[in-house]
Amino acid sequence: MPENMRRREFIKILGAGMGGALVGTSFLKGFTPPEGLNASELLKNSTIKKTATYCEICFWKCAGWVYEKDGQPWKIVGNPDDPSSNGRFCPRGTGGLGAYTDPDRLKTPLIRTEERGKQVFREATWDEAFDYIADKMKMISEKWGPECIALFTHGSGGDYFKNLLKAYGSNNIAAPSYAQCRGPREEAYVLTFGEGVDSPERTDLLNSKCIVLIGSHIGENMHNGQVQEFSEAVANGASVITVDPRFSTAASKSKYWLPIKPATDTALLLAWIHVIIEEELYDKEYVEKYTYGFDLLKESVSQNTPEWAYPITTIKPHIIRETAREMGKHVPATIIHPGRHVTWYGDDTQRVRAGAILNALLGSWGRRGGFFVPAKAHLAKYPMPKFPDSHKDWRQAYPGKYPLASLALASGICDATIPTPERDCSFKGWFVYGTNLIQTLPQPEKTIEAIQALELLVVIDILPSEITGWADVILPECTYLERYDDVRVSPARIPTVALRAPAFEPQFNTKPASWMAKELSKRLGLEQYFAWETFEEYLDYQFKSVGTSLEEMKQIGVKKLESDHPIYFLNGEDYEFSTPTGKIELYSTTLAEHGFDPVPKYTAHPEPPEGFYRLLYGRAPMHTFGRTTNNPLLADLMDENEVWVNPKVANKWGLHHQQYVILENQDGKRSNKIRVKVTERIRHDAVYMVHGFGHTQSKMRRSYMKGADDTQLISRVDLDPIMGGTGMRGNFVTFKTEAV
Amino acid sequence: MRYAMAIDTRRCVGCSDCVVACQTENKVPVGYCRDWIVEEMSGKYPLLSLEIRSERCNHCADAPCVRSCPTSASHYEDGGIVMVTHEECIGCKACIASCPYDARFVHPEGYVDKCTFCLHRVKDGLKPACVSVCPTHAMIFGDLDDANSEISKILQSRTHKSLIPEAGTKPHVFYLL
Amino acid sequence: MKEITITSGRMNPGIDPVLHAWGWEIPVYLFLGGLAAGILIFSAVYFLRGKADEYKFAVKIAPFSIPVLLTIGLLALFLDLTHKLYFWRLYTTIRWESPMSWGAWTLMLIFPLSVFWAASFVPDVRPGLKLPALAEKAINLLIPFRKAMAWALIVISVILGMYTGILLSAFNARPFWNTSILGPLFLVSGLSTGAAFTILLSKNEQERKAFSRIDMALIVIELFLIIHLFMGFLAGTEVHIQAAQLFLGGPYTAVFWTFVVTLGLVVPLLVEALEMNGYHLPAQLPAALVLTGGLILRFIVVDAGQSSRWLYKFMTHF
Ligand SMILES: Nc1nc2c(c(=O)[nH]1)N[C@H]1C(S)=C(S)[C@@H](COP(=O)(O)OP(=O)(O)OC[C@H]3O[C@@H](n4cnc5c(=O)[nH]c(N)nc54)[C@H](O)[C@@H]3O)O[C@H]1N2
Ligand SMILES: Nc1nc2c(c(=O)[nH]1)N[C@H]1C(S)=C(S)[C@@H](COP(=O)(O)OP(=O)(O)OC[C@H]3O[C@@H](n4cnc5c(=O)[nH]c(N)nc54)[C@H](O)[C@@H]3O)O[C@H]1N2
Ligand code: SF4
Ligand code: SF4
Ligand code: SF4
Ligand code: SF4
Ligand code: SF4
Ligand SMILES: [Mo]
Repeated sequence: MPENMRRREFIKILGAGMGGALVGTSFLKGFTPPEGLNASELLKNSTIKKTATYCEICFWKCAGWVYEKDGQPWKIVGNPDDPSSNGRFCPRGTGGLGAYTDPDRLKTPLIRTEERGKQVFREATWDEAFDYIADKMKMISEKWGPECIALFTHGSGGDYFKNLLKAYGSNNIAAPSYAQCRGPREEAYVLTFGEGVDSPERTDLLNSKCIVLIGSHIGENMHNGQVQEFSEAVANGASVITVDPRFSTAASKSKYWLPIKPATDTALLLAWIHVIIEEELYDKEYVEKYTYGFDLLKESVSQNTPEWAYPITTIKPHIIRETAREMGKHVPATIIHPGRHVTWYGDDTQRVRAGAILNALLGSWGRRGGFFVPAKAHLAKYPMPKFPDSHKDWRQAYPGKYPLASLALASGICDATIPTPERDCSFKGWFVYGTNLIQTLPQPEKTIEAIQALELLVVIDILPSEITGWADVILPECTYLERYDDVRVSPARIPTVALRAPAFEPQFNTKPASWMAKELSKRLGLEQYFAWETFEEYLDYQFKSVGTSLEEMKQIGVKKLESDHPIYFLNGEDYEFSTPTGKIELYSTTLAEHGFDPVPKYTAHPEPPEGFYRLLYGRAPMHTFGRTTNNPLLADLMDENEVWVNPKVANKWGLHHQQYVILENQDGKRSNKIRVKVTERIRHDAVYMVHGFGHTQSKMRRSYMKGADDTQLISRVDLDPIMGGTGMRGNFVTFKTEAV
Repeated sequence: MRYAMAIDTRRCVGCSDCVVACQTENKVPVGYCRDWIVEEMSGKYPLLSLEIRSERCNHCADAPCVRSCPTSASHYEDGGIVMVTHEECIGCKACIASCPYDARFVHPEGYVDKCTFCLHRVKDGLKPACVSVCPTHAMIFGDLDDANSEISKILQSRTHKSLIPEAGTKPHVFYLL
Repeated sequence: MKEITITSGRMNPGIDPVLHAWGWEIPVYLFLGGLAAGILIFSAVYFLRGKADEYKFAVKIAPFSIPVLLTIGLLALFLDLTHKLYFWRLYTTIRWESPMSWGAWTLMLIFPLSVFWAASFVPDVRPGLKLPALAEKAINLLIPFRKAMAWALIVISVILGMYTGILLSAFNARPFWNTSILGPLFLVSGLSTGAAFTILLSKNEQERKAFSRIDMALIVIELFLIIHLFMGFLAGTEVHIQAAQLFLGGPYTAVFWTFVVTLGLVVPLLVEALEMNGYHLPAQLPAALVLTGGLILRFIVVDAGQSSRWLYKFMTHF
């Protein structure tokens, strides 16, 4: 349990923390305590308790401390030893207490009593809920086989359900962070370098001299360590080139803002490759030593001149040349940021690969200021039996399609749940952990159609988000501040382990996912997969394997371990890449083998019809998707989203700033009402909004019907033929003012 | 001793962490804020520039809020920090009307509240809460009377401005440009 | 092109999107303060000029309203305080730089003085009235000091009258208040409402006529000050021009020019002028208009000042 301490001690610890050093920089500048002031009156008689945690408000998982003052939750601050946060949380993490205090939280298990989707539930005991689920699981297993249950997961506690499902016999485990997020990026980098980028990204922004952002809206995309390093690089004079149809925060910090016509980035990237090869701006030695297919690449892009790209992208040829030279000037400390949410237009693997090729030409992979070689702690696995073989998986529903998808497609499982005559594998049961599929998967009607075909839908959540409304059983999890979870082993420059311990007792009748999965395993006869007596014992076992213990971890929160390799390639070192050729593949032999373009080519995408504008979306720094919009502290910072409209467009439609409009897309899908932000910061052929608003669930009282949900307008999806990513930016909207 | 704050508009990304951190550290009730974020965009597409500022009480050296207070509740502390003594404040709001920065508000408990430069932390040698959380290290706090302090040095070496100096209040929050 | 956006924080009720520190209470307090000052000044001045009998209402009767007016005014001020239990803190210090403080202290002085002043006229106003012996004794003690009291009242009432304007004009932070004309303007307006008070309630035609004449002069001065006020703003900095715009096309234009200037000043002036020239019009009409106009003036000035600011002047969005 977290220790109590007198406040002087606490001050000392905090003070020591503030002096902590950081890898590779001197972020923390000295602060001399002032003289002549007495200890403050305000805190003198307080008792302060602090507990180690890592944050669950997004998936960067920063480690920090949760403070309690006089028995009241007080604040959450970063742990200075943590390379993901460097002692400083982002606004969402700082506001994490709001997840705990939210009065709208789920409070007790619920079982559906009427038609699915009607949201009529009865309160149940945990036993009743588990019995109900276990009976259905047994029935599904007998009738259709265990593989017909799938898990959708996004978040720490999903791991226990992963174990449960694997033990039960299903390998159909999908996360929206693949086919709706960074799947194309991982595949593009695996194809090129033999390794993915992973999360937290292995980008060495801190030491970059030139940063190229294709969309990536760092600063609004508030992935903590990345924002810190970006800002430090900017302060140190790095030149930033931002390609974005919108004047993002990052664009405002840039030397060059390229307001590209949306959906045309591949053309720009090819033109850059062209110039860099043509003007010999690339890292010759590196290309020579490590890459495969340079001549094929050169040949392939020979026609992709800046003049060719200009009418496509609207970026002037001399700007394309100038920016290419800027990149060349800083070789190899130039990084084309790989992006993260990259499922845009359906040719995303190819677009991201064009960036990867540029990185290879500039020699930035494995180099200072480019991509470092990450290290990760290796924990001993808590002993458990081997999982049974699973005979069918989601792939069988898509014969011959998406050959390079290395993970299950959330959208794919969803589609394959809708029974069709030609498919023999349709899913009968879903577990949904920590992902709000209704807002997360495009084409929400389809998601609902799939749900209506299910025999069992179990949702494990902390809030009554939209997906819970469709559930048969809702299992209320306690928040991350009230539970233990698995050891955090994020890849970084140095390996670390971090602890999440409960800072507060679980409120209401909520429980950790680890306990739920273990209890369910007992009813399914699978308890040998959850052999630990207590979760403390399970954690201690793993911590001991890297030379620490739960006891020590409670005191320090984060432990840094030794790395077994340097973070950059050594000069002249031979290196075997995990690609078929063992080289960085500028020309992808794998893509060639599967009949895809081995070198990216530009494909044109449909443009908005007259009176319509391309719908773009992104992040606000103080919110994580839809999971924080009901958080009292964070909703206080921003409680609804706005649609960004260029003044010319606003004029044409007679829209004025802050007026409410309804958006309607090319298929007649309508949004909730949303305020107009008239701004020069966006092109005239697109509009923009922050994702995660416009909740339709009235049980989330603070966020209900506040702003609009982009997902409701994403009825058209462009599938990536290589790996099945769902391109979501091919939708066009127009304004409806009369209906507001 | 003269405390001041400098905020680097080049680093700041307008994330609002300073706002939430202040709310939790100082138990500022939901719906109220001691600091806030302003984005000032100039230009016409595509030639745009953006200045992002984290704003709060400027701890003015010639503070009209202190002058207009009929009870001395608003006063200067050591180091020039402008404070409100809750038990002396009658809630007449003269100080609110007198602050050109609109930095003050009526706390639901009746007294007037605003940024304290986290005096309680500063007294213990800590940085203000907002400064210590800022993920981009955009904020610098310290003593202007100490020529070797980080803030003195940075104000020496970087161009900076304060907000509406023409209001004559001698603000002590500076924006590095 | 500038777009200024407050992206987070600052949804403080009472401040955003415009400052709303003061509602109806402060304008009422200022109006009653000004009215009381006007009444007392006329009373004291005409007493000293030996017109106590000629202008009996103004000198001897009107002062009886003062304790009532001031009590209501102070009550309004009290109601406005958000930390009421600490009210007494006003009287634990004197803060010369704070108009609020001097207002509080001025009222502290003027209240008993006006009570004494009125009391000293009890025998004149109600000659037959039987008073308790002690009261009678006290009143008799006061009567010899009437002259001194009158002088003191003039000084303190002018301060009070000016104070109602200076309370606002001391706020450099609110461009619309930040003009030295507000003190004289509110003083003159206070005098004008004080005169109107007599016109409205005096039963003596001669007295009413005399005060109508005075009121006409005051209204002319007031109009002059108002023109001056706007000329001053328009010749000022950008924020001051913006502040003036609130009344020259902005949200306060209609209500100010209709109710304050036309109905509160110009119409009464014309009516009074016609009356002087022998037209028979109800004398109460212009007086009532002046009083209402004076009240509305306080409301508008207090309100408009709060929506004028230095910062975020191009603000487009919260
Ligand atoms: N605060 C906060 N931060 C987050 C998250 C969050 O929820 N909240 N989520 C995290 C997660 S999981 C992810 S995946 C990332 C996502 O964050 P990113 O990977 O940065 O996502 P993008 O889609 O690249 O960024 C959206 C930007 O792309 C621009 N854009 C739109 N269309 C185009 C186009 O055709 N071409 C170009 N060049 N730009 C375009 C938009 O204008 C917008 O500025 O954010 C992470 N960080
Ligand atoms: N239209 C549109 N769709 C998108 C995106 C977009 O920008 N626009 N972004 C895509 C991207 S990049 C991603 S990564 C995905 C993200 O998609 P999701 O991961 O589905 O996003 P969230 O909104 O965070 O949903 C999380 C759910 O988890 C719940 N939750 C939060 N904390 C806990 C917890 O501790 N335990 C449990 N059991 N539940 C918890 C929340 O209440 C919420 O219901 O969405 C993708 N889909
Ligand atoms: S980036 Fe922010 S929300 Fe995400 S884990 Fe870190 S502190 Fe939490
Ligand atoms: S925390 Fe730092 S970066 Fe974020 S808004 Fe505040 S000053 Fe800017
Ligand atoms: S900013 Fe306002 S509240 Fe702060 S010291 Fe200056 S005048 Fe007073
Ligand atoms: S509200 Fe309080 S602090 Fe402000 S002027 Fe009045 S008494 Fe002073
Ligand atoms: S200095 Fe302290 S009180 Fe002032 S804004 Fe920062 S955190 Fe809030
Ligand atoms: Mo994502």
